[in-house]
Amino acid sequence: MAEYMAEGKQPEVLFWVGCAGSFDDRAKKITKAFVKLLNKANVDFAVLGTEESCTGDPAKRAGNEFLFQMQAVTNIEVLNAYEIKKIVTTCPHCFNTLKNEYPGLGGQYEVMHHTQFLKSLLSDGRLTIEGGEFKGKRITFHDPCYLGRANNVYEAPRDLIRKLDAELVEMKSCKSRGLCCGAGGAQMFKEPEKGDKDINVERTEQALETQPEIIAAGCPFCNTMMTDGVKAKEKEASVQVMDIAELIANAEDL
Amino acid sequence: MNFIPNIVFAIALIIGIGYFARNVKKLIRNIKLGRGKDVSDNKSQRWKNMTMIALGQSKMVKRPIAGILHVVVYVGFVIINIEVLEIIIDGLFGTHRIFSSIGPLYGVLIGSFEILAALVFVSVIIFWLRRNVIKLKRFWNAEMTSWPKNDANYILYFEMVLMTLFLVMNATDVSFQAMDSGNVISQYLVPLFNGLSDSTLHFIERSAWWLHILGILVFLNYLYFSKHLHILLAFPNTYYGRVNHKGEFDNLEAVTNEVKMMMDPNVDPFAAPAEGTESVMPEKFGASDVKDLNWVQLLNAYTCTECGRCTSECPANQTGKKLSPRKIMMDTRDRLEEVGKNIDANKGEFKEDGKQLLDDYITREELWACTSCNACVEACPVSIDPLSIILDMRRYLVMEQSAAPVELNNMMTNIENNGAPWPYNQMDRLNWKNE
Repeated sequence: MAEYMAEGKQPEVLFWVGCAGSFDDRAKKITKAFVKLLNKANVDFAVLGTEESCTGDPAKRAGNEFLFQMQAVTNIEVLNAYEIKKIVTTCPHCFNTLKNEYPGLGGQYEVMHHTQFLKSLLSDGRLTIEGGEFKGKRITFHDPCYLGRANNVYEAPRDLIRKLDAELVEMKSCKSRGLCCGAGGAQMFKEPEKGDKDINVERTEQALETQPEIIAAGCPFCNTMMTDGVKAKEKEASVQVMDIAELIANAEDL
Repeated sequence: MNFIPNIVFAIALIIGIGYFARNVKKLIRNIKLGRGKDVSDNKSQRWKNMTMIALGQSKMVKRPIAGILHVVVYVGFVIINIEVLEIIIDGLFGTHRIFSSIGPLYGVLIGSFEILAALVFVSVIIFWLRRNVIKLKRFWNAEMTSWPKNDANYILYFEMVLMTLFLVMNATDVSFQAMDSGNVISQYLVPLFNGLSDSTLHFIERSAWWLHILGILVFLNYLYFSKHLHILLAFPNTYYGRVNHKGEFDNLEAVTNEVKMMMDPNVDPFAAPAEGTESVMPEKFGASDVKDLNWVQLLNAYTCTECGRCTSECPANQTGKKLSPRKIMMDTRDRLEEVGKNIDANKGEFKEDGKQLLDDYITREELWACTSCNACVEACPVSIDPLSIILDMRRYLVMEQSAAPVELNNMMTNIENNGAPWPYNQMDRLNWKNE
C-alpha cells in the first residue's frame, strides 16, 4: 500500500489478509489462492503488509475492550491515512469487525467478504468459473458464524459452489441454524471447557453425514477446526476441507 | 340484596387488577435498576420487529409443531378474551350476556370462541405430553429444577381449567342453548348434564361463570411470579431488541474515552476535570451483578419463558459443556428478583448481601465456554440476547479482575506486542508473498 501511496495512486480495493492468512501455514494457501484469482481478474489491489495488525476481534470477544479499541484505533489511523474506501478480506472475523465495529470508532469503509467480492467479479464478467476437477463432486458448505448469522451472508458462497457445476449438499443444520465450528469467541486460542465432545468433531460428524467429497469453508479458523475434525474421524484420505477461493483457483488450474 | 353479586364482583376486580398493578410497578422498578441504554433509533425497524416477531409469531413457527400449537393457544388467548369484556360488563351491571342483543353476529362470535377454546384445550394437552410423557430433552436440562418444571405445568393446568369452565358455562346456560346459535362445541357437552333440574343447571352455570372470571384474575396475578410474563413482555422485548447485525458488539464508550486520551498527545492525563463536568468513568467495566447490566438485558430476563430453544441450539451445550444460554437468563432474573426483594425489605434501599450474579449464580466455566456464535440469539422467538450478558461478564473478568484463562492472556499479550494472536513478528506479515 505504501508503494501505491508513493506513486500517488489508489488501488481498486485493499485486501485485508488477516493474522491467519499471514501466519498460519494452512491459511496462507487460501491467501495465495485468492490473490491468484484477483490477478486473473485484473483487480488492482493492495495489501498493508507489515503495517497491518490484528483487528482486535479475539480480544473483544474475550472481553478485553481496551485492547480491541487500541488495535482498532491504530488500524483506523493507518487505513484513513491511506484513504482506503473499500476492503476485501478472506476472514469473516476481520470482515465483521471492520464492517460493523470500526465505523463507531471513525473507520467507515465498504467491507466485503471474499466470497461476495468473487461473486461480484463474476457478475461483472471479470472472472469466469468452470467446474474443472470439481464437476459433479459432492460439496457441503459450512457456514461461518460471523459471515452467516452475524451478517446474513448465506448465498454468495453457495452461488460460487454451484458455478463449479458441483453438487451442493446441505447439512441438517445450515444457514441461520448452522452449528459453530467451535473456534469463535476466542475459543481458537484456548482449550475447550470440560464436556462430552469437542464442538469441531460434532460439526464434522454433521458434515460427514452428507457424504461429501469436499467440505467447503469460508473462514480460516473454521478451516482449521474442520480439518482437525476430519482427522479425528480418520477421514482425511477421502474428504478434503477447502476454502471457496481454493476451489475456484484449483478449478481454473491457477 | 340483589346488588351483592355486583359488589362482590367489583371488589374481586379491584383486588385482582390492583394487586397486579402493584407488582407491575415493582417489575418496572427492578428493570430500571439496570444501566441506561438508548433505544430511540430505528423506530420503523423496531415496530416492524414487534409486529413480525411478537404479533406475527414469525420465529415461533421456525419449529413447526411447537410453533403451530403455540399460534393456536396465542390466537385463542387473545380472541377468547373478548368474551372477558362481556363477563366484566355482566358482572358489574348484573346483566346476562349483554352482547347477545347484537343478533346473529353474537352466535358467530361465541361459536368461534368455542372452537378456539376446544383447540386450545387440545394444544395444551399436547404441550403437557411433550413435557411430561415424551420428555423432550430441552425441558429436562440441568437448570430445569423443580420450580421451572412445576411453573410450566401449572400454567398448562390453568389453561385447561379455564377452557373447560368456559365450555361448561355455555353448556349449562339453558337460555343460551335454547338460542341454538354459537353453541358449536358446548352442545355436545349438554348430554353430560341431562336430567338435572333447571335450578341445578343454573347453579353450575353460575359457578362456572364465577370460577372462570376469578380464575382469569388469579392467572393474571400469577404472571408476575412465573415465566409466563412473556405473554405481555414479548411485545416491548421485541421492540427494544437488537436492530443491528448480530455480529456487532457494542464499543464501550468509557473505553473509547480512555483510548482517545491515550492516543492524543495534547491531553494532560492529570488535569482536573473542567468545572461543572462530571466524571464519565463508570463504576466498573463490564458486569458482575444485575445492576451492571443495561435495562434491556434485565427486560430480557423477565421476558424469558424458558422454552430452551437457545440452549438446544448452543454448540457448547450440545457437546456437554456447562453453558446454557437459558440458564444465563434464568439466573439473571433470579438474582434481579432477589435484589428487588432486598430493596422491598429494606425500605427502598438495597442492603449489601454479599452476593452477586457472577460466581453465586453464573460460574466462570459457563462464561468461558461460549463461542459467541449467536445461535442462541437467532433461536430466541422473542429477541432475547443471552450473548450480550456473557460478553459483559467476560469484560468484567478481564478488565476488572484480569481473570482470563491463561491461554487467552497469552493470546492478548501477543496481540499487544506483535499485532497478532500468535507469537510471530509483525515484520514477517508479508512473507507469504514469497513462499
